[in-house]
Amino acid sequence: MISIFQMIVLVFLIFVFTRVVFRFKDRQISILELLFWSALWISAGVLLFMPQITNPIARILNIGRGIDVAVYLGIILLFYLVFRLYVKIDTINQDLTKIVREIAVNKPNKDKRRK
Amino acid sequence: MHKVFIVIPAYKEENSISSVIKGLKKEGYKDIVVVDDCSPDSTSKKAEDAGAIVLKHIINRGQGASLRTGTDYALRHGAEIIVHFDADGQHNPKEIKDIIKPIIAGKADAALGSRFLGKRSNVPFTKKIVLKLGIMFTFIFSGVWLTDTHNGFRALSRDAAKRIEITQDRMAHASEIIDQIRKKRIRYTEVPVTITYTSYSIEKGQSAMNSIRIAARLIWSKYIR
Repeated sequence: MISIFQMIVLVFLIFVFTRVVFRFKDRQISILELLFWSALWISAGVLLFMPQITNPIARILNIGRGIDVAVYLGIILLFYLVFRLYVKIDTINQDLTKIVREIAVNKPNKDKRRK
Repeated sequence: MHKVFIVIPAYKEENSISSVIKGLKKEGYKDIVVVDDCSPDSTSKKAEDAGAIVLKHIINRGQGASLRTGTDYALRHGAEIIVHFDADGQHNPKEIKDIIKPIIAGKADAALGSRFLGKRSNVPFTKKIVLKLGIMFTFIFSGVWLTDTHNGFRALSRDAAKRIEITQDRMAHASEIIDQIRKKRIRYTEVPVTITYTSYSIEKGQSAMNSIRIAARLIWSKYIR
């Protein structure tokens, strides 16, 4: 019996999966990226219908249910990705400043250089 | 005579920039570089009319970024001493000769202005507390005990200006400069200066709340990133 929740998530997963395949067809992502994202979304689909398969992992880690393990790992992964994004934005900001600086230094409104 | 460049970062300073430049010219300084940080007002035009070299940021990048732009320009045009000066009229152009003196004498490569040494500045009470906290923060953060850490009035020798790399585009650059002076073992000294507080300069200055953000920003860049 499929619940409404599983229906909605399944439709979403299929949608995201097709995006990944299309992006690979357009050569925007490499085969490695295709494999990574496919594995991620397919495993999400498996977990959606068989959450109990994560229970052994949960037992090893001493966490109540398998689904909790997935949620915890998800949160850790998200934190890490946000951190990476922050660093990336910082770097882009510094690069942007360099460009703005070069333009400013090379084009003074009034060049009073005296020889 | 040493070639002294005055670098003034300016953002929305159309009310004060002309008189600041005129004051500097009166003292005989000719190489005045105003970095207009994409002000929406007439800061650029006013600065140009007053006879300064105007560098324009095509998008707003912050005071630290502007200072470095001006400093880079000065270095490329043969500056021997670079003075950082505020655009809001709170620094006294007559004191430039005092702040560059230790550099000309070869006693230091960085001369940092301090409003808490000798000369009296009418520092408002809350501002004073924030500044004192800033001094303590700098001590913990960089291990340097200065009497005034967040004073925009400073002079750098050509060598020091080359070595100090400002990467903090926004307001955290003041602490960053001190941090680099310490790390790169640049010889520094403090010079008493007066800061004139007007309702205009207070309004344009940093709020206490903002200081916390700046501190967080510094810790992030130094330890976490």
